[in-house]
Amino acid sequence: MRRTRFLAGRLVSMLAVLVVISLLTYAVFFLLPSDPAQMSCGKPCTPDGLAQASAFMGFDKPWWQQYLDFVAGIFRGRSFGRGPAAVHCSAPCFGYSFQLNQPVTQLIWARIPVTFSIAIGAAALWLVLGVSLGVLAAVRKGTAIDRSAMAFAVAGVSAPVYLLGLLGILLFGFTLDLVPVSGYVPLTESPVDWAWHLVLPWCVLALFTSAVYARLTRGQMLEVLEEDYIRTARAKGLTERKVVGWHALRNVLIPVVTVFGSDLGQLLGGAIITERVFSMQGLGSLLLQAVGTGDLPLVLGTVLFSAFLVVLANFAVDVVYGALDPRVSETSG
Amino acid sequence: MTSSPQAPVLAVDHLTVSFEADGGLVPAVRGTAFELHRGRVLALVGESGSGKSVTATAVLGLLPDNARVGGSIRLNGEELLGTTPARLRQVRGGEIGTIFQEPMTALNPVFTVGAQIAEAIRAHREVSRRDAGDQVVRLLTTVGLSDPARIAGAYPHELSGGQLQRAMIAMAISCDPVVLIADEPTTALDVTVQAGILELLRDLGRRLDTAILLITHDMGVVADLADDVVVMKDGEVVETAPVLDIFEAPQHEYTQNLLQAVPRLPELSLDSPDSPGTDFDGTALVRIEDVVVTYQGRHRAGAVRAVDGIDLHIEAGEVLGLVGESGSGKSTIGRALAGLVPVTSGRLEVAGIDVAAASRKAFRGARTLRGIRTRMGIVFQDPASSLNPRHTIGASIAEPLTLHSDLRGPALQQRVAELVDAVRLPADFAGRYPHEMSGGQRQRVAIARALALNPALLIADEPTSALDVSVQAAILRLLKDLQTRFGFGCLFISHDLAVVEQLADRVAVMHHGRIVEQGPTARVLRAPQQLYTQRLLAAAPVADPALQRRRRQAWYELTTQP
Repeated sequence: MRRTRFLAGRLVSMLAVLVVISLLTYAVFFLLPSDPAQMSCGKPCTPDGLAQASAFMGFDKPWWQQYLDFVAGIFRGRSFGRGPAAVHCSAPCFGYSFQLNQPVTQLIWARIPVTFSIAIGAAALWLVLGVSLGVLAAVRKGTAIDRSAMAFAVAGVSAPVYLLGLLGILLFGFTLDLVPVSGYVPLTESPVDWAWHLVLPWCVLALFTSAVYARLTRGQMLEVLEEDYIRTARAKGLTERKVVGWHALRNVLIPVVTVFGSDLGQLLGGAIITERVFSMQGLGSLLLQAVGTGDLPLVLGTVLFSAFLVVLANFAVDVVYGALDPRVSETSG
Repeated sequence: MTSSPQAPVLAVDHLTVSFEADGGLVPAVRGTAFELHRGRVLALVGESGSGKSVTATAVLGLLPDNARVGGSIRLNGEELLGTTPARLRQVRGGEIGTIFQEPMTALNPVFTVGAQIAEAIRAHREVSRRDAGDQVVRLLTTVGLSDPARIAGAYPHELSGGQLQRAMIAMAISCDPVVLIADEPTTALDVTVQAGILELLRDLGRRLDTAILLITHDMGVVADLADDVVVMKDGEVVETAPVLDIFEAPQHEYTQNLLQAVPRLPELSLDSPDSPGTDFDGTALVRIEDVVVTYQGRHRAGAVRAVDGIDLHIEAGEVLGLVGESGSGKSTIGRALAGLVPVTSGRLEVAGIDVAAASRKAFRGARTLRGIRTRMGIVFQDPASSLNPRHTIGASIAEPLTLHSDLRGPALQQRVAELVDAVRLPADFAGRYPHEMSGGQRQRVAIARALALNPALLIADEPTSALDVSVQAAILRLLKDLQTRFGFGCLFISHDLAVVEQLADRVAVMHHGRIVEQGPTARVLRAPQQLYTQRLLAAAPVADPALQRRRRQAWYELTTQP
C-alpha cells in the first residue's frame, strides 16, 4: 500500500521530467539556425517553394502549436502535407526525417537491437566484474590481491574507450585474429555470431566501467563490514561466505544499483564512441549522423528517446531500490 | 555427564590480548581470569579501555586479524584458543549466544527480524524453513513480546529499541546456548525499558540454567543482575568477588573509587512527605509559557508535536534539571531556548528577549538571536564532535569572544587563559588539539567555551552521558563549582535521574512532550506524586544490591498495577 503510493509518486515525477525534457529539446530545435525546410527546398530555392516546404512540414504554425502537434503525434500519429503527396507517420510518431524520407520512430527502431545488445551485455559484464573485484579487494584488504585490483581500477579509469577499443582491435582482431573487428549480426540470425561480434565492444566498455564499480564496491564493502550487524551475523555462527555474500552484499548493492541504473540508461541511449570504433550502426551513430547532416527532426527524436531511456532506467532503479532496502519507501520520495 | 555441578561452563585463564599497530604491540588485556557457572551471572565491570569488551570478543574468537591472543579459554573443558574456524562457528550462536549494546544497529536493516533469527537457528540445526519460522514465533513469545508474528515479519526500523533488544535476546537463546554474553545490553535503552530487559535476562538465566557473562560500566546494572563481579582496569583484573562483597566491602582502591563516583539516588518513598525546596525570588531568567514545538512530518504524515504546551521558568542563578526518556522532547526545549528550532506557538523569553518570535522570523530574527546567544552558553553531549578537530583548544575557546566581543590580542589570550584555568586544565593545553585530549578534558574545553561570554544561562544537554563515571563525577563537581562561582542560571538536560539530583535545584519531568511533574529536586526525586515519575525513578537501578532488590520490587508493583 505504502509501496504502491511510493511508486505512483515516482511515476508522476517521471512523466513531469519527460515533459520538461521534450520542451527543452524543442526549444533547442527552434533556437538552432538551420531550417529543415530550407534544406529540402532544393536549388534554386524560391520564396514560394520555401513556404510550401514549410507548410508541408508544419513549420508555418506557431511554436506551441508545433509542440502540441508533436506530442499528439506520439499518441495518435500524424500526417504531413495533403493529397497524394502526403506522408503518414503512425503512432508513436517522434517526428519525420524529410532527408531520409522515413519516420524517426522507424529509424530508431532499426537501430535499437544493436545498441541494446552492446549496452546490456556490457552492463552485465561490468556489474559482475566490478562488484566481484570490489568485494574481493575489500575482503582481502591490504594484500597483494587488493593492491592489484585497485591498480587495475586506476588503469581502467584512466584508459579511454577509444584507446582501449583500438588497442583491442589491433591485438585481438588483427594480430591474434581471434574476433571480428566490426559489424553486427542480429541475434535472431545466429546467436553465436551475434555474441562473437560483440565480445570486443563488451569487454572494452566493461573494462572501463567495471573499474569504477570495483572502487565503489570496495569502499562500500569496507564500510559495511564495520557495521554492528556484521558482528551480529558472525556471532551467530554464520560462515564468512554468508556474512559477506548475503548480509554485507545486500547493503553494499544499494548504492551500486543507483549508479548502475543511470549508467545503463545512458548507455542504452547510444554508445557513441564504441559504435564508432567498432563501426556498428546503433543509436549513437544515428545521432551522430543526424547532427552531421543537420537532420533536426531526427536529432530531436533521438535525443528525446535517449532521455526517455535514462528516466525509465531511474524509475527501474527506484523499483529495485525499494526491494533491496525496506526503509526507502518511507524515508524518501 | 562427567562434569560435576561445580565445574565451570566457561573458564578464562591468563588471557592476554594485544594488537599489532605500527610495528609494535599494544596490550589490551593482560592476564584476565574468571569462571562462569550455570545459572549464575558474572559481571565484567570497568571503564572504557579496561579491556572488558575485548575479553568478550576473544571468547567468541572474533578479534581482528592484527590481534595476538595468549592464555586459555575453555568451554566445558574444551580449549577454544587455536581451535578450527569451523568449530568456532559451531560455538558462536550454538553454545555461546551474544547480545550487543545497540539493538538499532545490531540487526541488519534489509532483512526482517524473523528471517535473521531463523537464520541463526538454521546455521546450527537441520530444520526446515517452516519449522524455523514456528520456532521464531515461540522464541519471540519467550522473550515477552506480545505480538510475535507481527514482530517476526517486521524490519528493524519498524520496531522500538526495547522490542529489538528482546528480539536480539531471542536470537541469542535460539540454539539453547550454555553461555550468554551480554555486552552492555541496556546502555542504549531508556531506564524503563532497561528495567524490563534486565528482568528478562534474570528470568532467562534462571529458567534456562544459562551462565551469563554481563559486560557493563553501570554499577546499577551490576547491582541489579550480577551474582559475581570481576572488576577490570587497564586490561587487568583488579578484584573478583561476590556481588554483595564488592558493594559492601570493596578491597581494591580502584573499585572503591569507582563506587564512590557513582551518583546515588535518594531512597525512594512513594508516600508524600513535604520537604521545602530552595526559594528564588529573583526575576525569571527564562520564561516558557504554553510552548508548542512541532516538526513537520513528510507528506501527509502530519506534524509531530515534540513539545506539546509546556510551562517552565528558570530564575537567575538557578539550576533546572529537565528529565525524560528519549523522544520526550527534552532536547527540543534546549534547542528552542537557543533559538535553533522555531517555536510553533507560546511565549519563550530569555532575559526578557522574545526568542519565540525571533525564531520564527528567518532574517529579522537572526539579529535578535545573535544578541541572545551572547547571553547563553551551550554544552552538548559529545565533546569529540562539537569541537573543530583542526582548531587548537585555545582557538575554540576564543571563537565566541572574537565573534561577540571586542577582545583582541593579549587581552583575548588573557581571557582564554582565565577560562582554561577556570575549568581546571593546565595552562599549556590552549595550544593542543582535541584529538590529543581525553573525553573528559574535551568536555572541560566545551564548558570553558560555553562560559567565555559570561552567560546568564547555560544549557547543558546530556553533558556527561558519553563519559565514564569517574570522569562524570569530576565534570559534575566542576559544573557545580562554576555555577556557584559565576552564578549563571542553568538548564540541565539529562536522562539520568541521579546526575540531575546532584546538580539541580528544581526538577521537571517530561513525557511525550509534556511536563508531567515539576518541583524542588528533593521533593520530586524522593516523593514523586505522579505515577510516571514514580515508575521512572523505580526503574533506575542503583549501585547497591540490597537497596536495588527493594526498588526492583517497587518497580514491579508499579508496572503491574493497572
